[in-house]
Amino acid sequence: MLDRHHPVVYTSRQYGLNQLLFPSDGKIMHRPDGPSTASSPDPGRRRAVSAFAQADAAFLREAWAKLGGGREISPLRGPESGLVMVRGRAGGGGAPFNLGEASVTRASVRLDGGTVGHSMVLGRDGTRATYAAAFDALWQVEAERDDVESHVVTVVETALADADRERRSETEATRVDFFTMMRGED
Amino acid sequence: MAVRQSRGDLIEAIFLIRAYRTTLPRFAASRPIDTGKMLIERRISATYKDLPGGQLLGPTFDYTHRLIEPDMAEDGAVPAPASRQPADDGPAPRVTDILGDEALIEGDGPDDGGEPADLTRSPLAFPASRDLRLQALARGDEGFLLGLGYSTQRGYGRTHPFVGEIRIGEVEVEVDLPEFGFAVTIGRVRVTECQMVSQFTGSKDVPPKFTRGYGLVFGQLERKAMAMSLVDRALRADEFDEERRAPAQDEEFVLAHSDNVQATGFVEHLKLPHYVDFQAEIELLRRMKGEHGGAGSADEAPHSDAGRPSGSGGAEEDAKT
Repeated sequence: MLDRHHPVVYTSRQYGLNQLLFPSDGKIMHRPDGPSTASSPDPGRRRAVSAFAQADAAFLREAWAKLGGGREISPLRGPESGLVMVRGRAGGGGAPFNLGEASVTRASVRLDGGTVGHSMVLGRDGTRATYAAAFDALWQVEAERDDVESHVVTVVETALADADRERRSETEATRVDFFTMMRGED
Repeated sequence: MAVRQSRGDLIEAIFLIRAYRTTLPRFAASRPIDTGKMLIERRISATYKDLPGGQLLGPTFDYTHRLIEPDMAEDGAVPAPASRQPADDGPAPRVTDILGDEALIEGDGPDDGGEPADLTRSPLAFPASRDLRLQALARGDEGFLLGLGYSTQRGYGRTHPFVGEIRIGEVEVEVDLPEFGFAVTIGRVRVTECQMVSQFTGSKDVPPKFTRGYGLVFGQLERKAMAMSLVDRALRADEFDEERRAPAQDEEFVLAHSDNVQATGFVEHLKLPHYVDFQAEIELLRRMKGEHGGAGSADEAPHSDAGRPSGSGGAEEDAKT
């Protein structure tokens, strides 16, 4: 039907970014898959990016007003909406299969100082994606990292943990406590 | 949004979403979600009473009286949900992992590291691999799968299933992005997973084991997850040398008819003008009737395919009308 034969451009588009990041003057700003610091698995950045992706747009905007230091966010790519095919595993832990697509929005931005940041978030909120990318860039600025960690990453993680705890508490109230009825008691 | 636009007609809403989706590029595929790390909102097992992590009923209609509630005519205030301090933190193991330790149940199957088939990119081909079948079932119509699942319980296909586990909750979606060079969490989605434990199988070389069917769907939708796991198990007939006799075991039948947008397209196209088609059939019928009366010999009535349903030739034929 519609979805099967429609020519959909994908995967190749993500490499369009290289042209953006490698301008014709040959100055390398940030190499996405090359041997730069950012490409080595950095648990700190990974944790931070995951937090930015799960924060809401209004929170990020307010936080940027405080922490952004008046830096200008210039778009390198997007924000643009697209799809991610979410996969599951047969039986829960076996071979992967395609469960279904989720809409996502991604953005890449450059700050005044030339630092480049990226984001991908679930949903279609371009503002959220843009600020998430901006914070990724700001986090990479050594001088700003502590502030971003304490005022954004930690705050988002705490909020998520609180929401999770509340939901767990509500779920806990429905726990089945099996017990045996004793005969002959009041 | 789509449900509202389609005024509650869910198949129409799916149609809208699919049409929109064709305008979007696909950026990537996620890492397979890990349902073992789910933030559990509901988790039950019909096979183990005291399983590690316990039984959590969560939001369910099970065990409720089916009595209509007049208050529901209005938008009254909703009482705050009950809450209780969680007993322990951390994820609860999947039931099948518990049984698996004793080798009483088949494992999840090997992961050969290959790319899973994708029926949104290439047409269905038979025989279908299990990854392709699971994708088709996950996209399949709940009512269709429910009917098929029910048919397996009634004897059309070999299953004698138990719900090993149903769990509902949010899981993180992780994507490997070349921009970062590592996997990042892009958000969470709620899914429902059903592990259906089914009859033993075994051979001279392999001791008997429980077999399994698997269901995984987006959202809180355990009826569909259960139906999917029943049909998944039924479709594995060949793997266990079972005779394929029932509709639910016939992958061509199941996979070709499980997509409700495809189904509605072909069924509902009958509403479109078929005037020429129908006129032709009337002409043919008149001629046959005339010959029948005129010649007076019923034996010589020309054999025709006038009984063939109109429109079965597909799109080209419809285009002519």
